[in-house]
Amino acid sequence: MKTMPDATEIAPGIHWVGALDPALREFDIILRTANGTTYNSYCVRGEHGVAVIDTVKASHADEFFARLEQVARYDEITTIVLNHLEPDHSGALPELMRRAPQAKLYISAKAQLMLKALVQTDTLAFEVVQTGDAVDLGGRTLRFYSTPFLHWPDTQCTLAAEDGILFSGDAFGCHFCDARLFNDRVGDFRFSFEYYYQHIMRPFREHVLEALDLLAPLPLRVIAPAHGPVLRDAPQSYMQRYRQLAAPLLPNEIGAGTRSLLVFYISSYGNTARMAQAVAEGAESEAGVRVSLYDLQSSAGLPFVDLIEEADALAIGSPTINGDAVKPVWDLLSSLAVIKVCDKLGAAFGSYGWSGEAINMIEDRLRGLKLRVPIKGVRARLIPTEEELARCRDLGKQLAQHLTGNLERRVISMSELLAQESSHA
Amino acid sequence: MPKANVTFEKLGVTISVPAGTRLIEISEKVGASITYGCREGECGTCIMKIVSGMEYMSERSVLEDKVLQENMAGRDQRLACQAQVLGGDIVVKA
Repeated sequence: MKTMPDATEIAPGIHWVGALDPALREFDIILRTANGTTYNSYCVRGEHGVAVIDTVKASHADEFFARLEQVARYDEITTIVLNHLEPDHSGALPELMRRAPQAKLYISAKAQLMLKALVQTDTLAFEVVQTGDAVDLGGRTLRFYSTPFLHWPDTQCTLAAEDGILFSGDAFGCHFCDARLFNDRVGDFRFSFEYYYQHIMRPFREHVLEALDLLAPLPLRVIAPAHGPVLRDAPQSYMQRYRQLAAPLLPNEIGAGTRSLLVFYISSYGNTARMAQAVAEGAESEAGVRVSLYDLQSSAGLPFVDLIEEADALAIGSPTINGDAVKPVWDLLSSLAVIKVCDKLGAAFGSYGWSGEAINMIEDRLRGLKLRVPIKGVRARLIPTEEELARCRDLGKQLAQHLTGNLERRVISMSELLAQESSHA
Repeated sequence: MPKANVTFEKLGVTISVPAGTRLIEISEKVGASITYGCREGECGTCIMKIVSGMEYMSERSVLEDKVLQENMAGRDQRLACQAQVLGGDIVVKA
């Protein structure tokens, strides 16, 4: 197997000029890879201009420039496109612009602020492009497609229109390093493709579907992503796979009008468990809400994240131990970064011995995840009283009413809110 | 003291607050999902949409205007940490 390929032709006049990083095992701290990754950059030659699409991580710039020099002179480069500004794609940009100062840089509108922060100069000239914009290289046209949140606000795709080659940025990419480059030649990278989607694209599945609607009608012959194999064999199948992956993971069991509330709890002495039961009972009294109750004890590894992705509301119960919510609760909450939870409803409750900080901490975390937390949580000292259990039922009922829209609307004064808060402090 | 009614549209609640209150103070108390970063009008994290009642909001300061422009915010958007409610009925998307 060749370990260091030259600049590699994808189509006449279009070359891969990226870099290989076979030693990498953890990408951006959060992603694992079994054989490294690639930083894909491409060089597109037209009759009166040469374009470079994306660059590489700064540490791999020498490798990139060596390949680029095999297919183009710096003074021929008229166009630089960055589909995405993360440092693994923009790292070699300042040096490339130094070597090709005449080249014009094309980025998305959202990339402007990132460019300033990454390159740390105000003097860099660039042009903002969006869907519908194009650059003529002479016999070759680069067309831009705005595909925000795949997986950053700035992301876009660029099409070499006459050739049907889509430079897709991180979309359809994966962390898989194989010098054979093309999907019909490299080893089996299916798990890397799926893993990359699940960890990078999944939180943005609505944006994935919008992008697929934009890109799927294009007559594509090749998808050339910014990481991993170049997809020249059956490129459309990778779009279809994205469409499948963007669908709910679990088959829908409830009617379209029914809303779903998940109640999670963990309990040392059964007190928080009783509160959870009361929250669930209260919610169940409201028609049109399906209530599910889960004990987080011994639940490590259960795919709650898939359930939460489809749910409308979460209520989380935790005892307070040493001034904190307990680890299984934090484990659950920290697992939600891979899905979209924004605008779901959240609530917290729990029993405590002498302080009861867990409830506020969970509420703050839920708000930090952009859930709405409209109802103040219920705290009970040790064994919940009948009155406290009634408040738990009321919490469940109100949450359910928020979901069904049956909540009584009234004006609350700020002083009332502040009083509620101090009574719970 | 003059009051303003601020309705959080998605949350479905209306809060009556003293004039001069900043949106972020209300959203925090009511549990709306407005995230914030610096609370000093610089980071742009707390950009929010005013559905109606912009005429009852304080004028944009130079700083707020700059940050909103940098973030390509529309005319109907404000920084929750900067915008104060001055009276009347205001509806926000949160």
